[in-house]
Amino acid sequence: MKIGIIVFPGSNCDRDALYAVERAGAEAIELWHADADLKSVDAVVVPGGFSYGDYLRPGAIARFSKVMGPLEAFAKEGGPVLGICNGLQVLTEAHLLPGALLRNTHMRFVCTRVRTRVEIRGTPWSSLFTVGEEITLPVAHNEGNYFADERTLQELEYEGRVVLRYLDNPNGSLNDIAGICNEERNVVGLMPHPERVSDPILGSDAGLKVFESVLSFAVATL
Amino acid sequence: MSIQETYTALGLSDFEYDRILELMGRAPNYLELSLFSVMWSEHCGYKNSRPLLRRFPNEGARVLQGPGENAGVVEVGDGWALVFKMESHNHPSAVEPYEGAATGIGGIIRDVLAMGARPVALLDSLRFGPLEDERNRYLFREVVRGIGGYGNAIGVPTVGGEVEFVPAYSGNPLVNAMCVGLVRVDDLVRARAVGEGNLVVLFGAKTGRDGIHGATFASDELTEESEEKRPNVQVGDPFAGKMLVECSLSMLERDLLVSLQDLGAAGITSSASEMAAKGGVGIEIDAAFVPVRESGMEPWQIVISESQERMLAILEPEKVGEVLKVAERFELAAAVVGRVTGHGDLRVLYEGEVVGTVPARYLADAPLYEREVVSPAYLEGNRKFDIERVPRPEDYSSVLRAMLAHPNLCSRRPVYEQYDHEVGTDTVIPPGADAAGMRIKGTSLGFAATTDCRGRHCYLDPEGGGAAAVAEAYRNLSCVGAEPVALTDCLNFGSPEKADAYYQLASCIEGMAEACKTLGTPVVSGNVSLYNETEKGAVYPTPAVGMVGVFEDVGRHATPGIKREGDAVVLVGDFRPFLGGSDYLEIVYGRIAGAPPAPDLASEKEVSDAVRRAIAAGVLDTAHDLSGGGLAVALSEMALSSEAGIGAEVLLLPGARQDVALFGEAGGCILLAVPEERLGELKEHLGSAPHSRIGRTGGERLKVGGLIEAGLDELREAYEQDLFEPHAPEGGHLA
Repeated sequence: MKIGIIVFPGSNCDRDALYAVERAGAEAIELWHADADLKSVDAVVVPGGFSYGDYLRPGAIARFSKVMGPLEAFAKEGGPVLGICNGLQVLTEAHLLPGALLRNTHMRFVCTRVRTRVEIRGTPWSSLFTVGEEITLPVAHNEGNYFADERTLQELEYEGRVVLRYLDNPNGSLNDIAGICNEERNVVGLMPHPERVSDPILGSDAGLKVFESVLSFAVATL
Repeated sequence: MSIQETYTALGLSDFEYDRILELMGRAPNYLELSLFSVMWSEHCGYKNSRPLLRRFPNEGARVLQGPGENAGVVEVGDGWALVFKMESHNHPSAVEPYEGAATGIGGIIRDVLAMGARPVALLDSLRFGPLEDERNRYLFREVVRGIGGYGNAIGVPTVGGEVEFVPAYSGNPLVNAMCVGLVRVDDLVRARAVGEGNLVVLFGAKTGRDGIHGATFASDELTEESEEKRPNVQVGDPFAGKMLVECSLSMLERDLLVSLQDLGAAGITSSASEMAAKGGVGIEIDAAFVPVRESGMEPWQIVISESQERMLAILEPEKVGEVLKVAERFELAAAVVGRVTGHGDLRVLYEGEVVGTVPARYLADAPLYEREVVSPAYLEGNRKFDIERVPRPEDYSSVLRAMLAHPNLCSRRPVYEQYDHEVGTDTVIPPGADAAGMRIKGTSLGFAATTDCRGRHCYLDPEGGGAAAVAEAYRNLSCVGAEPVALTDCLNFGSPEKADAYYQLASCIEGMAEACKTLGTPVVSGNVSLYNETEKGAVYPTPAVGMVGVFEDVGRHATPGIKREGDAVVLVGDFRPFLGGSDYLEIVYGRIAGAPPAPDLASEKEVSDAVRRAIAAGVLDTAHDLSGGGLAVALSEMALSSEAGIGAEVLLLPGARQDVALFGEAGGCILLAVPEERLGELKEHLGSAPHSRIGRTGGERLKVGGLIEAGLDELREAYEQDLFEPHAPEGGHLA
């Protein structure tokens, strides 16, 4: 299985995602922002970082990159897409996921590890988890405070599209939302960084299951 | 403006101007004078410190590059090398803290990059005035934001450092940033310009008027008027910095460059003249070819501008097309701005017309000042310290809580949580331990890094304090299990033109050099920041030490947190605590006096080496050194960083007064927690290093010698302060 990792100018977790994908047993392919080509990958990770320096608004410039056209088409066709941190911000800016990420309520960058709970397993990126499973994941962001209007929030909750919820909310996100998916459930966005806990030497490899999920999901849907 | 006014405004003395006249054989024009001004500033030319710096040992078995390049280099193994350096950005941070700190990070990252290494870790050694003062709070908050703002965005994890709040730094904060990079030994590049006819390419951000005469500004005292120099502070763009890192590494990977140099203080001038002087060649730069971001810039402004995020490369003419293409891929400006010549001059042209020419070797050869070393009067007064006049506290538990709550001893979590310390997925020992630990992917190897210095100790006993800074770094690396290899330093002092500061500089260097020799850790890079003075006086002498060490097997390391119930608590080292110069004396009694313990370097080495051997053998996973606050604070830190929330009960060793035993400071001592059944093995590794079993881990309380008994929750409440919240004035002195 080939998993593409988009590299925007200013992405800085692209190499980390690549490492985690390879550790999970998939082939990792770099997708350059200026090339409108997904190189026939089976799934795409939009990694964390500061695409275009977070100028204007996190993700606001990256969403106009050439690679985004094919990515949007891929997502609409049901291809598995995972946005992590800045990747989630890019996906909301591109309207592949609803809502927006605001400044953390305490107005500081926060880098720590937080306890989270997996809420659904019906996405390509959470299929190996059990519902209600608790995992501790790293967060590192300035704008991780998930916001959506009342109706969108109700839809997300009602339709079971909250993928991951904070048990220790580090940023003021509404409904403790740490991760969501689109209606079709193939596009997932997570504020925490599963790729940072991909090796026991880093204190945990609990995040590897996110990438292993998409592998087993692909096998199951073949 | 008269000639004298002009060169004085540029920071040159009469003597220096005369020397320029003599060297040049004619009067320099304004551009040429500017070149001398920046290259002969202390920041670039080390004119006051160079003779003293010769005391440092620079050689070692693992040393691949000592001082004289953009950064030092040591070998790790498996073909890997560590590139590292620490640098100050004190003056810019004093007037514009966010950008000052941010560009400090950008600058040190580029120093490491210029050696061909990928920057993989950052550390920061910070000093501010007390937090009761609003200006100090502002400086602290903005410096931390600036470090995070740049480091987080560029994607290099900030994994360690230190911060202290002391009146001597009010108005003159210290912002020292250290960067460590990784490179294959075979891929090291250097800054030497070679090959007549080779081209000089400038790439990165465009050049503007920012940061003109920044180096000259950095080499002067801070005054009321310094605020007016805010326009002298450069503005950082971490996004361009990130592009520059990837672009440079991409060019090097394709073998397109002959040599590489970052642009720091004094911009193109400094970089080009250093490259030329090192290669014994000349360089011609045509300022008209430099991509500028504003119109109407004078040639002299273009060549000394300190606009950030730029690199200068020397390359063979046939590679130029590919180099420009790589720069374009990373959306950076790039242009051929000059060429290497045989004439040995740094020559600045504008549209082909020579506008200034100076032999590069003159610029690289700043005059040296050696001054008389005179012992300051204040030292005599400080030594008159009688411990018997220090009363004993009544309630030791409340003293401990007050110590843990003090800004100099409380948790650093509010600081390091603002730094991305995990990006890169290499951080094995995150902030909060004695040193940061990083792995090297694809190998079992790793490295550790720490920054250390205790300014008060250096003030009270410059030579002992200098030695203690090196010893503490050595001990901290050993406590996590890494073999200390070499160090970089950032020498922050007052004006060398004043006798006290010069004595402090000379004596600290003496003490550091002695410790480096005994401990076998050479100095491979560094930076000098003098003139750290305000109207109120000089900062504490603060020779910050940034040391790196190597793990053969990074999986075998130790951290301070207690891991199990029932472990034996062992104190290793010759425990002879003192109150002189201690945090206890300052926090509880408001006194800064006495002689701190002089480090016993042989004993330091024996203790640290023994503990490290035990960790490397897999016997030990819990260790923490005794530092500020002594035994009671060190034990508290071990319990408070215990993920399982485990406390301990220990006895006090006899011999010292109770408050001295609890809070007095002793060099060369390390606390360990080890499972009972491994005690025998541990003792074998400790060998002849003095050690005593003083207690055991367990429970949710800390009990020390029947004097302290406190629940971990109440200690945690004291320890977990939010340093960024407005501070009430300290409750004064407790006893």
